Amino acid sequence: MAGSSVSVDLSQAMIIGAVPAGDWLVVAPTLITILGGSLCLMLRKNTDLQPRLGIGFLALLVLANLGLLVRVLDQGVITMVMGSWLPPFGIAFTVDALGATLSLIGSVVALCAGIFGAATVSSTGRRYGFYPFLLLLMTGVCGAFITGDIFNLYVWFEVLLISSYGLLVLGNDRIQLDGAVKYGVLNLIGTNLFLIATGLLYGIFGTLNMADLAQKVAALDNPASGTLATVAALYFLAFAMKAAAFPVNFWLPASYHTPNIVVSAVFAGLLTKVGVYALIRVMVLILPASRDYMADVIALVAIVTLMTGALGALAQSEVRRLLGYLVIAGIGAMLAGVAVGSTLAVSGAIFYAVHSIIVMTALYMAAGIMDMMGGSYELRKLGGLYQKSAAFAGVFLVLGFAVSGLPPFSGFWPKVVLVDASFQDGRPWLAAAILVSGFLTTLAIGRVWIFAFWRGGPEGTPDGQSVTVSTGNSVQLSGGAVWLPLGILTALVVYFGLQPEWMLELSTRGASGVIEPLGYLRSVFGGEG
Amino acid sequence: METGVVILIGLFFTVAVYLMLSKQLVRMLLGIAILGNAVNMLIFTNGRLTREVPPLIPEHLYTPEVATANPLPQALVLTAIVISFSFFAFLLVLAFRAYQELGTDEVNEMRIAEPENDQTPPQGY
Repeated sequence: MAGSSVSVDLSQAMIIGAVPAGDWLVVAPTLITILGGSLCLMLRKNTDLQPRLGIGFLALLVLANLGLLVRVLDQGVITMVMGSWLPPFGIAFTVDALGATLSLIGSVVALCAGIFGAATVSSTGRRYGFYPFLLLLMTGVCGAFITGDIFNLYVWFEVLLISSYGLLVLGNDRIQLDGAVKYGVLNLIGTNLFLIATGLLYGIFGTLNMADLAQKVAALDNPASGTLATVAALYFLAFAMKAAAFPVNFWLPASYHTPNIVVSAVFAGLLTKVGVYALIRVMVLILPASRDYMADVIALVAIVTLMTGALGALAQSEVRRLLGYLVIAGIGAMLAGVAVGSTLAVSGAIFYAVHSIIVMTALYMAAGIMDMMGGSYELRKLGGLYQKSAAFAGVFLVLGFAVSGLPPFSGFWPKVVLVDASFQDGRPWLAAAILVSGFLTTLAIGRVWIFAFWRGGPEGTPDGQSVTVSTGNSVQLSGGAVWLPLGILTALVVYFGLQPEWMLELSTRGASGVIEPLGYLRSVFGGEG
Repeated sequence: METGVVILIGLFFTVAVYLMLSKQLVRMLLGIAILGNAVNMLIFTNGRLTREVPPLIPEHLYTPEVATANPLPQALVLTAIVISFSFFAFLLVLAFRAYQELGTDEVNEMRIAEPENDQTPPQGY
């Protein structure tokens, strides 16, 4: 590929100059987490030191991601190639506004989970590696958000997948083994589909660099050909499986309620959104013509996913499983953005992803606190929590409003954007599905609030009568490590609800960077774009 | 040569899908192992098949003299083999533990995470 000229000077194939100091931020998130993960792994028997170390590294990760986002907003897309090989030869890490935003929010959520885990993960759980797995999971998540090479994306997916297996079976309960088998098998099949599509794409274009692929696909005479549509369909199925979209969503409610609650919280926040991110990256950036071709199918999948999630949530009496279905409903809304595919719609999907990462993690944490207060996750056995903590009842209501998309919280704005974009695209059914799903979500979450907080006590006790509910593990509740992360996440939910302009602008920038990837290409290949 | 390999890949995919549709966890895992190999061969074939020409460059030249084997798919397949092998090993251990704990490898009977007679949510106070 390098041409046939004999007198090769290295500047044709390699970057000779030094990397600007600020660009090292590109690899900082993965370096920090790998380093922290290995250090925690070495010290895994020191269960007192581990939380401090883990939280410290996660805080460092937040700072690095913040620096990265600031730099991306300041200078545009940044590319760093491994081993100084000029693209498309080397593996490229390319960070645009979309990747940097999601990476930052993801690391904030991970930091909150690390703090929450300090109070809720037992020392056995720590010795079996909660913090190493959490840090290595973040390696995979951040790596997936910042990589610019599609095979590398596969590798990061596997990194986060194997860490998530470790987290999922932490504790070794029967129920966890059952959940992990389903999660493991289905996710592995999903990654294999991803790999098949990547192999085919390499066979067609001979390159795996995303920017190079986007360029070569755009240069084709017939970019919506059957071969590419096959590849796009395979990618769609693979990432839909990762994101738990409708026909391939059943592994999520089977497994997300089984592990330690903080693990569920991280999973619900991050893992499915990585799937959505990959879907946006591949379908919108690399294969836009095939996305147009498949738009109706994606819209249909989005509508059914929205309905499955909302109706499934209504049918659950276990809080964690109910929340699992709400994750699925959120995925439907993000898919609606991908289906419409305009800048407005994709920015809605990005904003929704950010909102969903925060609110789902917070809701699972809140469920954990409900269990600590009331001693159960079953709606029948919960009750009277308002009497125990009115502030917590308020926080749960805020989060419930946010996940249902009611103003003035963070779920409202992305839904407005998505509904607006659906109408502009002439897809009223999609808009209707988003609204109906929001309505059903309100019912489901309202029921949780009424049963767990509002009524006097668990089922069988007369309403309004003050009953001593089983104390649960309320001893742990005294620590700030439980309330602080929930407080941070709730504050973010309220902030994004009251001040959406900042996030709207950021997601619009992310969306236009994917739809008109000139800046992305220019960053990878230099000036000629 | 490609044709033969492609038919073999198709055969692998067929067997893998057939096994993965089975109800026994062990057979599903065998199906996944075969699927992994089918995918690896697919990537390898996609990077063009050439015989007996290693991608070596003589000392006095910068580029290879003749058409050579493509090293990139070999690197990709190597990565994919390592990953799928480690995942397969993990899943085997997981399936064994699940069999020990749950006493079955029939997926229809693994209903602990999602109990069969699940209660409907409460309808009223």
